[in-house]
Amino acid sequence: MRIGRRTLLQAACVALAGAAPIAVAHAEDTVKIGLIVPMTSGQASTGKQIDNAVKLYMKQHGDTVAGKKIEVILKDDAAVPDNTKRLAQELIVNDKVNVIAGFGITPAALAAAPLATQAKVPEVVMAAGTSIITERSPYIVRTSFTLPQSSTVIGDWAAKNGIKKVVTLTSDYAPGNDALKAFKEHFIAGGGQIVEEVKVPLANPDFAPFLQRAKDAKPDAMFVFVPAGQGGNFMKQFAERGLDKSGIKVIGPGDVMDDDLLNSMGDAAIGVVTAHIYSAAHPSELNKQFVEAYKKDYGQRPGFMAVGGYDGIHLIYEALKKTGGKADGDSLIAAMKGMAWESPRGPISIDPETRDIVQNVYIRKVEKVDGELYNVEFDKVDAVKDPGKTKK
Amino acid sequence: MTLLTILFDGVAYGMLLFVLACGLAVTLGLMNFVNLAHGAFAMAGGYVCAVLVNQAGWPFLAALPLAFLASAVIGAVLERLLYRHLYARSHLDQVLFSVGLVFMSVAAVDYIMGSSRVFMQLPEALQGQIDLFGVGIGRYRLMIIVICGLLTVGLQLTLAKTRFGSRLRAAVDDPRVASGLGINVPQVFALTFAFGCGLAGFGGALSAEILGLDPYFPLKFMIYFLIVVTVGGSSSITGPFLASLLLGIGDVAGKYYLPKLGPFVIYTIMIVILIWRPNGLFGRTAAR
Amino acid sequence: MTMSTPPEIVGFHARRTARWHWAEFAFWTVLIGCGLLFPSRYLIMTEIVRLGLFALSLDLILGYAGIVSLGHAAFFGVGAYSAGLLALHGIVGEPVLALLVAGLAAAVLGFATSFLVIRGVDLTRLMVTLGIALLLEALAERFSDITGGTDGLQGIVMQPLLGLFEFDIFGKVGFWYTVAVLFVLFLLARRVVHSPFGLSLRAIRNNPLRASAVGIPVNARLVAIYTFAAFYAGIAGALFTQTTQLASLDVFSFERSADLILVLVLGGTGYLYGGLIGALVFKLLQETFSILTPQYWLFWIGLVLVVIVMIGRERLHRWVLFLPRSIARAVRSGKTAAGGAE
Repeated sequence: MRIGRRTLLQAACVALAGAAPIAVAHAEDTVKIGLIVPMTSGQASTGKQIDNAVKLYMKQHGDTVAGKKIEVILKDDAAVPDNTKRLAQELIVNDKVNVIAGFGITPAALAAAPLATQAKVPEVVMAAGTSIITERSPYIVRTSFTLPQSSTVIGDWAAKNGIKKVVTLTSDYAPGNDALKAFKEHFIAGGGQIVEEVKVPLANPDFAPFLQRAKDAKPDAMFVFVPAGQGGNFMKQFAERGLDKSGIKVIGPGDVMDDDLLNSMGDAAIGVVTAHIYSAAHPSELNKQFVEAYKKDYGQRPGFMAVGGYDGIHLIYEALKKTGGKADGDSLIAAMKGMAWESPRGPISIDPETRDIVQNVYIRKVEKVDGELYNVEFDKVDAVKDPGKTKK
Repeated sequence: MTLLTILFDGVAYGMLLFVLACGLAVTLGLMNFVNLAHGAFAMAGGYVCAVLVNQAGWPFLAALPLAFLASAVIGAVLERLLYRHLYARSHLDQVLFSVGLVFMSVAAVDYIMGSSRVFMQLPEALQGQIDLFGVGIGRYRLMIIVICGLLTVGLQLTLAKTRFGSRLRAAVDDPRVASGLGINVPQVFALTFAFGCGLAGFGGALSAEILGLDPYFPLKFMIYFLIVVTVGGSSSITGPFLASLLLGIGDVAGKYYLPKLGPFVIYTIMIVILIWRPNGLFGRTAAR
Repeated sequence: MTMSTPPEIVGFHARRTARWHWAEFAFWTVLIGCGLLFPSRYLIMTEIVRLGLFALSLDLILGYAGIVSLGHAAFFGVGAYSAGLLALHGIVGEPVLALLVAGLAAAVLGFATSFLVIRGVDLTRLMVTLGIALLLEALAERFSDITGGTDGLQGIVMQPLLGLFEFDIFGKVGFWYTVAVLFVLFLLARRVVHSPFGLSLRAIRNNPLRASAVGIPVNARLVAIYTFAAFYAGIAGALFTQTTQLASLDVFSFERSADLILVLVLGGTGYLYGGLIGALVFKLLQETFSILTPQYWLFWIGLVLVVIVMIGRERLHRWVLFLPRSIARAVRSGKTAAGGAE
């Protein structure tokens, strides 16, 4: 007890010393961007790709635009929504940021949405892919993709290419359910049949039992959505179960074949057909430069998360150019709406009505190019709007 | 036939958990030290193996013993430097310390190796599945069962038959009397600790293919290790062994038959067993 | 000394040790002072205070009754989801009332599970409590139509506090609300642990066998304090939902329970302030390190934990308190010199 009471003094000292606000002089000629991404926890690779891409972009394009100096404040939310919300709130209230950006997972993006509305600060979503996100605030723009975009395309493709019976295996959370719903609608409308639906928990160490279930249903193909990072594990176990030799194809949105892991998945991945918005093998000059610069700086291939970050920061730069440096939320959002540009992934634009991204969805097949595995694009659907919204 | 495949997968998974966790059973049960950093040693072994195989081009099977060795050496060094000062401390201090170690190891590996998952290039012979009387048997899992089975028998024999085994048991039963008999108790403990860490490293290398290897491994699987040790009881290695099998089969079968309630099955089994036998399935009924 | 009946003597001793120390006044003054001085840091301070309340709840069972728990997040989570669901469906709109209801929901769970927990030794308790929290997490994931699953409850809108104060973006109302709740609950906890009931708990912690030999109903007491602590944790969880307007699966997570133990052990167990101090130190460390290095702050926190244990908390306390103690000593000796023997 005695130690205890005296320790209170210690607490008092620490409190006074530590809670002191970090005084930030808010210069008129800087534009601050709060970048909130998971840098720790299981989602860390998402955050790192985005952070890398943003740094790369600023290195290439300088940190001054329309006479304003750009300052990026990086925060780690460890993919926990209440962290995201607190960090966003502090960035807005204390650091007076002009834009918040990043958001590795859907709940994180949603948690920050009311703040964007209340404070009139644009929220640039660079990763999270659930359809509803942009509807939650008039200040949200997205530069990643939505799962229905890629899932509907692969659904149509599968139905047209002789795939009749499909087992689905999706992670049980909003993006997974979005993907499943979109795929099902289009695949069934095209005459296909879903023989079994398996939902795997998001945090899941072992796919084996789920794969066994899928195998027992004897489908023509398996529709797979697992978040970026888990795809490698999935393919390993898919091969281990001998499914690659059983004639069951793997199809899905491109998350499962994320470029940053693809090469280490082994030959089992060859022949997997996915629909997605970006491949490191996209045959454009811009993309070649992007991939080369990224590889040079960070020693690995950029994935679609990196592209989301790269385009996100580009959008902010361009919006500032358009407003002539006016950095209030309403002007920025107005400038962002309808913006169109050539990204490493291909031509993209921001839908002025939904503030969601409009882009080509490519159908790709994994092939070996110069001894490395790549998603090689062989077909595309032009300018896909988010089908999760166009229906309404 | 699917039933048998499930059983087989479950056994392989359980065996893997056993190799990973049995070092913890030793430190926790025999030396009475709550070492939550056990998974960090497993991760170290996994990464050593991955670097050797993927970057130095070693064959997988040759890299496995090195994974053991590396983790054992790290374990021995840390035991001498840090752990041995904490044997007499309260369990809460030990928790604080070992969680601190986990945090450090996670961030350090993230810094050195990056946060993406790491995969090993396996030899052709270990890939795919063979068909045995209509039962699908994964080659890699078969190898796990063989290796881990041998290891378990070896461990059991070492503990029961060798001189070191009897010294260890003596040192555990009554350290004071044991040192009176001329047994170098700290040395026995250090060796045992290092060996347990080595086993974890070995398990970590084996499990990379099945559980996935990333910097968060020690945090993700800490719970599983703890379940194995508590459900099995920590007075022998038979207990954790059977508990691992139970956990492995329960987990795999639960996910297959009740995919939506998978984790549910495991935790319910654990709680029921612990209520029924608070010292674990094979625990001693009276505390030391 | 007259012959009193035993409970009266116990009560007398209990009250004597329960007198307020001046440092306690200082602590609360500083806490309120912080709120007035740093209006830009309401959010992190709210988080610290809330974590402190949560840790206080663990201290009640760990520090006073010797029950270790690695699953205290179970009650936090139940409180959080109760408060969230109550607000979302408009069942109980008024936050303070909803807070109580959520706390009671957690207490009911605490009471029900206490019978599983009081059996067994430390390690068993650790795993049973952990198992219960994980079960609840799995349940919340399974019944995603009620809980929102991995995506959490969406669209919670809180009504104004007592019908008067709207929760604002700066977190001002949230902060003072949390501090007020902490203070009230702290007073209650202080009353309880200094009561004969609290003393009997400590007797049980020190030696359950002897405690039962002198006639303390060990199990009944443990059930009571466990339920009480669950109520506190539920309130902390409800505060979480009300001040952040979020509730997702991670309220049940293992990490939350594990962090809680770190916080409490860091601050020291068994004197009520441990959790509050631990929360402060832990959060400040985390905040400082993650500003310095958003990627690798975990390493530095880990290092601090290891160093703290290696040095030993007792020694550390002596070092940290060297200055304040010598001041106190100087003040005291000055007083004695002035006023003679006290």
